[in-house]
Amino acid sequence: MESAPDTSLDDLDRRIINRLQKSFPLTDRPYQSVAAELDTTEQELLQRLQRLLDDGILTRFGPLFNAERLGGALSLCAMKIPPEKFDEVAAQVNEFDEVAHNYEREHALNMWFVLATETEHEKQQALRRIEQATGYPVYDMPKQREYYVGLYFEA
Amino acid sequence: MLAQQESGDMQELDRKLVLATQTGLPLVPRPYDAIADELGVDAELVRQRLQTMLSDGRVRRIGAVPNHYRLGYSANGMSVWDVDDAQVDEIGARIGGLDFVSHCYRRPRHLPDWPYNFFAMAHGKSRDEVEEKVGQIAKIMGHACRRHEILYSKRILKKTGMRIGG
Repeated sequence: MESAPDTSLDDLDRRIINRLQKSFPLTDRPYQSVAAELDTTEQELLQRLQRLLDDGILTRFGPLFNAERLGGALSLCAMKIPPEKFDEVAAQVNEFDEVAHNYEREHALNMWFVLATETEHEKQQALRRIEQATGYPVYDMPKQREYYVGLYFEA
Repeated sequence: MLAQQESGDMQELDRKLVLATQTGLPLVPRPYDAIADELGVDAELVRQRLQTMLSDGRVRRIGAVPNHYRLGYSANGMSVWDVDDAQVDEIGARIGGLDFVSHCYRRPRHLPDWPYNFFAMAHGKSRDEVEEKVGQIAKIMGHACRRHEILYSKRILKKTGMRIGG
């Protein structure tokens, strides 16, 4: 996947993106203290944060939950879809609310999505409904062990 | 009995907190007050519960998730490895310690189509950068790994994040 880096970001945008990927304070006025760290104002920080979210530079801002620890069920799933059917099946799969994200990857197994539900039973049901709707098998790859999760992208 | 009652109340509050914040933290000067008002509780209690959830791992962190493509990380390689079952946990822990690996898991094989039991995500601004990083993983793997591949992403088809129902 090729895409040019976003050149519309200025230095303050980048510092906001980098700072907000780290821990956000649990205080009365958290934006105010982060703004002070970044030498800007609370109002400016809130405006820029809103714009970064609206523009899709940030996909989310808030608590990031560990679904399994919340008692939910989660799987990475893969499917092998013929190229001529790919877009049609992608639309079918994306229709499911249980599909949290979905990527096309370069491999015979070319569709990779994350299925998130509240219970294991619901996950199995969703898997079967996706297989029925699309007519293709789903390879279920739930994590058996997590060694590390920690995302940080320097802007 | 009373402790159990309280704990049930806290579970219910925590669930409401997840529902109220899973689309994001309010972009207002006092975000925890805004959530507290919505839930009809005290802002201090909202902060306490979020702190508890951070401490026990239900919340990984409070923060921003960038669309890494928009930041120039256009090479997104999912490296997959067929690793000796007896060694995968020990090696996985070492690979999880590499600073460029963002996610790292053991998952089930689906033989014969899918022989890989270990996944590590590597991001870079180019495929060369990703391949250099995957080379570092391969060195740690040594003979414990029979084969590996890198699956590059071509397109994001959907990215909504997780949602639980109301």
